[in-house]
Amino acid sequence: MTKLPLEGVTVLEFCQYLAGPYAGLRLADLGARVIKVERPRGGDACRALATKDMWAGEDSVLFHTINRNKESFAADLKDPEHLDIVRELVATADVVTHNFRPGVMERIGLDYEAVKAINPEVVYGEVSGYGKEGPWAALPGQDLLAQARTGAMWHSGAADDPPTPLGLAVADMACGLHLAQGILAALVRRRRTGQGGLVEVSLAESLLDVQFEGLTVFLNHAGELPARSRVAPAHPYLGAPYGVYATSDSAIALSMGDVSRVLIALGLDPVEEAPGADAFVERDEIKAQIEVQLATRSTAEWMARLNGVGHWACEVLDYARLADHDGYRVLGMEQVVSRDDGISVRTTRCPIRVGGERLYSDRAAPRLGDANEQIMAELAS
Amino acid sequence: MNRPLEDILVLDFTQFMSGPSATLRLADLGARVIKVEHRERGDLSRTAYAPAFDLGDAPAFFQAINRGKESVAADLRDPHDVALLLKIAAEADVVVSNFRPGVMDRHGLGYERLHASNPALVYGEITGYGAEGPWALEPGQDLLLQAASGMMWLTGADDDGPVPMGIAMADYCAGAMLAQGVLAALAGGGGTRVDVSMLEAVLDLQFEPFTLYLQDSEEPKRGGVNPAHPLVAAPYGVYRTSDGYLALAMTPIDTLAALVGCEELSQFTDRGRWFHERDEIKGVLAAHLASESTRHWLDRLEPADVWCAEVLSWADLVIHEGFLALDMVQEVGEGADSYRVTRCPIRIDGQVLRSPARAPRLGEHTESIRAEFGR
Repeated sequence: MTKLPLEGVTVLEFCQYLAGPYAGLRLADLGARVIKVERPRGGDACRALATKDMWAGEDSVLFHTINRNKESFAADLKDPEHLDIVRELVATADVVTHNFRPGVMERIGLDYEAVKAINPEVVYGEVSGYGKEGPWAALPGQDLLAQARTGAMWHSGAADDPPTPLGLAVADMACGLHLAQGILAALVRRRRTGQGGLVEVSLAESLLDVQFEGLTVFLNHAGELPARSRVAPAHPYLGAPYGVYATSDSAIALSMGDVSRVLIALGLDPVEEAPGADAFVERDEIKAQIEVQLATRSTAEWMARLNGVGHWACEVLDYARLADHDGYRVLGMEQVVSRDDGISVRTTRCPIRVGGERLYSDRAAPRLGDANEQIMAELAS
Repeated sequence: MNRPLEDILVLDFTQFMSGPSATLRLADLGARVIKVEHRERGDLSRTAYAPAFDLGDAPAFFQAINRGKESVAADLRDPHDVALLLKIAAEADVVVSNFRPGVMDRHGLGYERLHASNPALVYGEITGYGAEGPWALEPGQDLLLQAASGMMWLTGADDDGPVPMGIAMADYCAGAMLAQGVLAALAGGGGTRVDVSMLEAVLDLQFEPFTLYLQDSEEPKRGGVNPAHPLVAAPYGVYRTSDGYLALAMTPIDTLAALVGCEELSQFTDRGRWFHERDEIKGVLAAHLASESTRHWLDRLEPADVWCAEVLSWADLVIHEGFLALDMVQEVGEGADSYRVTRCPIRIDGQVLRSPARAPRLGEHTESIRAEFGR
């Protein structure tokens, strides 16, 4: 096994739910030791938040997915004795993260300035919903509401559909990606200069970044809003044939490319004018023809024709067909994480390969407080 | 200001979105990014969009994602150009590419060669599906990755058929994860390679629903009424009001029934059924909320700390005090060449990161880079 890049880095995670812990998971995957600091009663609230009512032992599968390969230190931050121990721990950490609402860490005395005073080289990461200023600053950082407020519901679905949320916690996920990026960049600087740093991200800023492409059009083209296609919608800024179409037995995604070539391959008449302009302006008319035509034959027949002219296309798979495909299996993307009380969960591995190797880790999410004894011993030594 | 990646040099062979989004982030965090472009065509995203979305001399997409970078025009089949690129690579901290597997090797720019002359180099590569298996040479294009990865069964309703996310999330995530891997490698002292495929990235994006699938082999069910997330119980979703739309996140149904004054809703007392009966519950709620304005409902729900929000469009958003407080928009370029873009979403040391440079014209920096590295 190759040496992991973050070996020797210790992260103290005062985070719950998804955004912050997702960043912690990635740092753990890349070699860091990640210690979740959790309240003694209940711990991370995500332990009790079961999506699809699915559990592994006392904790939700969701919690296991996000918190594998971490340790848990149970401490009551309102108890002065516990807080003293946490301060000792903070003094030895390389990275501290939290996602409390603005003001909470100040009240506890673990805000950046306070932590920096006891650990000058610390990299301190903060997650919020909407930053620290303005009328949204005190609002909870919740994914669907961040999607609602930032315009993210107007990209998916068809022209006359109501606002369509992205069917994943994309704000949380993007924010976790950015938190890890910021922390890692600060660690790069620390390695070179010895300087610590403060990294702040919010669900709102992250979700705006996700929409940077359309926002740039909007900000420079007189407030032009995303115009979702009426037919086979897939991306508001791309022309025909870009979209997803039903065939007689499944569905096909058609990528961008020469629209006339696609039409001919499908047995339709090519467009007459300069295809570049038409493919966008007349996308719904062109896509409507394709839609009718593709419904008449099987996916395999159409894929053969599209492959024949080199047009990029792909059959739409579900999880079962994906998981059964050699293209998926060759990735070795799954791993089973387990721990000594018999809990085990099959999940995915780190998506990043280092030194040409896939990174696996078979350690399941921690029981609440399972590292207390060991950490107390380390602090005493 | 002191950016964390100052003095980091990135030689960037990527085009379109996945790779360029990674190097945009590195540039915003302070790195110098030299973008290598095909001598005649340039990055394909200079020409792949409808003219309606042009911004100056290139599409808005290109201008947004390549701002703050330098452009060197090169032909990878020309030994003189490759010699220059090798000289830059010898001094670079990071080299990244998103060609299909094997292309960099064919041009003499593979990991082994560059590593031999620059042992501390971090070499990052994005592929569509990894370097092995039946998909290895398939094009790594966002919509196709959404199709292959099962992702089109998460958005929309059960009856909708496959619904792509209208944002290039496979590209976005692959770029974000490459940036993570490259930064981690730099933080660990460099001298290694980092690989991300779009398929692995978009599976990581779906790690929550996909992990559940790996337990019970059941496909996600999006639900039929006001769908928002396949795994979350009622009332989670978006509701039409008399004048707009209201988003409602996790909220106990009994609490909600009392606050909005809905007798029929108060019958759903069993918390354990709020997931299984979500369509029925949401149907009742949808009919009830349609009669009054969004403001009417917010005035009842917000004081009780119910998680709810008005659904805004960008037009509503950009005049909202909450958005203005984020200070998220910046102007890049000068005079007639200037345009507005969002800034880096990460704040460092309490400051927002602005970078005033626009995207480069094709080969704009070829001469200066030749002069600097070509000796």
